[in-house]
Amino acid sequence: MTQSFKDKLVIAFLAVLGAAFVITFIAIEEQTEIFALLVLAAVLVVVSAKLGMTKTISECLSRNERLMNIAVIAATIVVAFWFHEDHFPLLMIATVLLYTITCCGLNMQFGYTGVVNFAGAAFFGVGCYTAAVMGGTSVPMILVIILGGIIAAFVGSILIIPVLRTRGHYAAVVTIAFGLLFRTFLEVNDTLGGPQGLGVSGMNLFGWDFNNGIELTENIEISFYMNYVILALVMVMLTFVLMRRIERSWIGLNFDAVRLDETAAACFGINIKRWKILSFTVGNFLAGTAGALYAMMLGFIAPSNFAFSDSLILVSIVLLGGMGSLWGTILAAGLVVLLPEKLQVIQEYRFLIYAAVMILILLFRPQGILPRGLRAYIPGWRG
Amino acid sequence: MAQQNETVLSFHGLTRRFGGVIALNQFDMELTNGQIVGLIGPNGSGKTTSFNVLTGIYAANGGKIEFLGQDITNWPAQKVYEAGVARTFQRSRLCLELSIFDNIMIGNHKRLNQGVMFNIFQRKALKAQIQENYAEARKLLEIFDPALADKMFEPVGSLRMIDRRRIEICRALISHPRLLLLDEPSAGMTHEETRELMDDILEVREMIDGLSIILVEHEMGMIERVTDKCIVLNFGQKICEGAYREVASDKLVQEAYLGGE
Repeated sequence: MTQSFKDKLVIAFLAVLGAAFVITFIAIEEQTEIFALLVLAAVLVVVSAKLGMTKTISECLSRNERLMNIAVIAATIVVAFWFHEDHFPLLMIATVLLYTITCCGLNMQFGYTGVVNFAGAAFFGVGCYTAAVMGGTSVPMILVIILGGIIAAFVGSILIIPVLRTRGHYAAVVTIAFGLLFRTFLEVNDTLGGPQGLGVSGMNLFGWDFNNGIELTENIEISFYMNYVILALVMVMLTFVLMRRIERSWIGLNFDAVRLDETAAACFGINIKRWKILSFTVGNFLAGTAGALYAMMLGFIAPSNFAFSDSLILVSIVLLGGMGSLWGTILAAGLVVLLPEKLQVIQEYRFLIYAAVMILILLFRPQGILPRGLRAYIPGWRG
Repeated sequence: MAQQNETVLSFHGLTRRFGGVIALNQFDMELTNGQIVGLIGPNGSGKTTSFNVLTGIYAANGGKIEFLGQDITNWPAQKVYEAGVARTFQRSRLCLELSIFDNIMIGNHKRLNQGVMFNIFQRKALKAQIQENYAEARKLLEIFDPALADKMFEPVGSLRMIDRRRIEICRALISHPRLLLLDEPSAGMTHEETRELMDDILEVREMIDGLSIILVEHEMGMIERVTDKCIVLNFGQKICEGAYREVASDKLVQEAYLGGE
């Protein structure tokens, strides 16, 4: 059996295993079963790490990046179609995907360039409100998504000067203040619905109304959330392409240099401001686009969706997955969004558990669950 | 080919204060093409401060810096680098979690296409640029240590001190600077390693035509062997200048170092 064939088998097996796991996880309701499944997964991961399989697998995956991308996309589609008529699982899958996009934005700011942003939910919210306001107009909805991103980036530019002037904790405080301000502004502003919020019209792509279910045959009816899952998946793919291209270029190198040592970076001609502004703006743009589609999907938004705690959840996804790690972001977004929905026991203690997990991660595995590897400018090329 | 006795760098009355402390006091110096100048003096005498003022990390409070005929006083760090000054740091400032290649490419900033559209959309041209620069970085690193050149995609954090110094020097040299500032390259290294590094520096000078070097160093053996001229600083003031032998026998210098009466 050749190496490449073996690799293909491994990837196919992992994709099937992953899809099966997610389907079971979403499908079962019994709390003890869910708990047992999680324990089983944890044991599997620990055992394979002990046997040295994790390393073999990760080498295999890095050799076959394209195949792995296809496998993950295929697995996501399989999972989505498994639940084709159930609204709630599809809503959750789409939410995971949109959180992934938002956290990719935060990763660009925080994970790559080291610009902390504790107002992620606010920029996500700008996208949501853009969709709510523009939804009723004649602007095509697909443009509204892009506009959501542009307006989020534009609103973010208010913050650029304080973000450039401050570092570390102070920059964090600036963004926290902005997040709080944003929510207060929404609550007192009557034209934007005040605390009651606004209704949002659904996505409409060239006459294809996303809020209608699809009736394939008499027996098969597909939930309208499927439309959103598919569009969100396409957006995740585009986001990943953008993130990868940036990371695997001189831009990504400049981002890293700015994060790791501003003084040394300046001594080698790197324009700190330029790269911070770029990453902050693009990051907010991504959060805004995700927010716009999220609002269309929910059909209704209110200021309470964009609280400081939501920003903290976004930051915790970035830290949990591993700073700058794309696959880590998906995994962590999945965990953080799905776990509290499934384990109702922890619903009330959600934030307590998040906090505990965050502290444990920062203490014992600061690089995150799936740490970002070294930059591979050209996949498979090592000189 | 660069002219032999062309002045590369000159300080005229360069002054820098930190509050009440005068870190650099009316410092004059001149450096000609291809020269290696040693900057010595006790701790806190202003050696590193002069590097920091020269490279734009600190602003000068007075005086003038001329580099290749241009007045570069108080230029931002980025512009000083563009003009052709590259440096290493007293405490190695490499990005430890990045690969050797990444670290060297940080020093190559001005020769890489930094356009956002180029980097995101012109992937073919970018790939060619990456491979070209890889070959060049490898060639440079091979001068220092061929074994190191095989580890281009390993994180710098996993290397020993001397290798990190070598990479720092490569990072400074990759952009073909006219002036190289070495800030205590022997710090934290054994005698054997220091000797190896000294050979490297001499080799680099042989290889790159018209490269001038300023070397801050405590290791007098190194100063004696590699420098053409020494400048001794004490409390921010130049107290002596000349060939190492003359300087070492100077009474003022001995006092500054040994604390005479």
